[in-house]
Amino acid sequence: MGLKQISKNPRWIIYLLIFIALLFIPRMLSIHDLMLFEYGITFAIVGLGFNLLLGYTGLLSFGHGAYFAAGAYSVAMIAKYLPQAYSLEILIPASLFFSLILSIIFGFVCVRHTKIFFSILALSLSMLLFALLFKLYHITGGSDGLRVPLPTLFGMSFKGIRRPEFLSGTYYYFLLGVFSISFLVMRGIVSSPFGKALQAIRDNEVRAELIGIRVRRYRLYAFMISGMFVGLGGALWTFVNGHVTADLSHWVFSGEIVYMTLLGGFGIFEGPIIGAMIFTYLKLYAMGNTQYWMFVIGATLIVLVLILPNGVAGAVSSLWTKVKKKTN
Amino acid sequence: MLAIDNLKKHFGFVKAVDNINLDIEEGEIVSIIGTNGAGKTTLVNLISGYIKPDSGRILFFNKDITYASPYVRIKLGVGRSFQLIQLFGGITVLDNVRTALFSKYGMIRRGLLSADRYSSVTEEAIKILDNFNMADKRNLTPKGLSEGDLKILDIAIAFALKSKLLLLDEPTSGVATSDKFKVMDSIVSAIKKEGISTLIIEHDMDIVSGYSDRVVVMHEGRIMAQGKPDEIMENKEVKATVFGIVS
Repeated sequence: MGLKQISKNPRWIIYLLIFIALLFIPRMLSIHDLMLFEYGITFAIVGLGFNLLLGYTGLLSFGHGAYFAAGAYSVAMIAKYLPQAYSLEILIPASLFFSLILSIIFGFVCVRHTKIFFSILALSLSMLLFALLFKLYHITGGSDGLRVPLPTLFGMSFKGIRRPEFLSGTYYYFLLGVFSISFLVMRGIVSSPFGKALQAIRDNEVRAELIGIRVRRYRLYAFMISGMFVGLGGALWTFVNGHVTADLSHWVFSGEIVYMTLLGGFGIFEGPIIGAMIFTYLKLYAMGNTQYWMFVIGATLIVLVLILPNGVAGAVSSLWTKVKKKTN
Repeated sequence: MLAIDNLKKHFGFVKAVDNINLDIEEGEIVSIIGTNGAGKTTLVNLISGYIKPDSGRILFFNKDITYASPYVRIKLGVGRSFQLIQLFGGITVLDNVRTALFSKYGMIRRGLLSADRYSSVTEEAIKILDNFNMADKRNLTPKGLSEGDLKILDIAIAFALKSKLLLLDEPTSGVATSDKFKVMDSIVSAIKKEGISTLIIEHDMDIVSGYSDRVVVMHEGRIMAQGKPDEIMENKEVKATVFGIVS
């Protein structure tokens, strides 16, 4: 899409306005709220990746925590074993690389199946990784996990700076930059010929095969890209959280990724981003206000499935369509 | 262009296709008729690679494709539509055709630029839809189309693959009687314009006699008769077995 077309498309104008607003977020939010917002952004990247598989390829994974853990542990392991390379410009490509490797291995097994078999295989493989992370205590820190110090960036050291200050300054803009690139790349992917092929596979794999698309291979490609995005989200999350544990690869965490995608709506490109933001705040406020926070999360899911099956973004979109039809 | 030699496919005791020999010439429109269970769809499934035969050979432009995958056959130019419509329901009519074109041109791996940026492919897709009188419906999803339009779109997708041989499984089934000829007119005019050989499975004898160069009659997995539509309509054995008319 050229600049002329972008300027004519209201969607892109909204994107640009949101981006400009996001630049001023650190000035508007307290450090605590900004950290929450950063958690939301990292999960938004995760949602973008996860939705390539669920929304565009039609594969529901209950094991994407594994790729999140791959990204997160790449950072933590480099901090522990290779501190001289502990710089953001190395950590991000490294986390992409390791999550890609893991998603190739796991994806190769999973994409041979669809529906419930795919979901269960993905879940089982992520639990295998969980078991490894949990049991290899001397390497991974087991249930104690690993601490993640502040990284350097292009030689810039943040020694002596507290994490909240780091997060409200350079890191926020770095995170926003990576999120914006991820958003544009994923937008390009889903609207490209490759993205159309994935949607064709999602809609009708028999016909997709019979127009010459190698279904299994393209599912694997989607799995790999999805895994890399989720791994990237995991890596970025570690700097906000400061600590990684084996729980990231547990199926409960994978369930949260599914939850936030459903909450936002997997039928719409922006849905998982909205879902990630809402989920981050919902979980925190539910946890802060009641010991029955899981009940709140569960009840929300029931309401969502019954009343808003297309998620929040889906509901807004259909409302907008109705309003447009009435005004026309 | 297509030569089928002693092709056999049995399902247990059922002889679905039983030593069939059949040739199709370039640009020829051949219809297959027969009672239910005669083996028509099995034959088309064998030619398209959807199932593999027990024995026999299928030659396409003298190349043995008997055990080739559907993918290889498509690349060679064997396209098909289905009795039960097989479309991509979540994307637009334009994208249904455009995806087939991207696949045909080996552009399906291009993963960063929007499909709209490939304007030549988009124009070609619109042209194909225009051939089938569907260009004005290109921005709808299949959910918004009539049964007849769905059938036409199904065939337009196969057409977009630049097939040299099109296999059409009951192209007018489910279409309202009043629309059948409209649908067939659209299909056949597009096919003839490109000189594509076509094998049609059809029950409606008005359609068969109106659009076919040759009719092949199948019964219990074998070819009972073949010839020009008029000859077949007058064949006593065909009349008795297929149409239930005893004179």
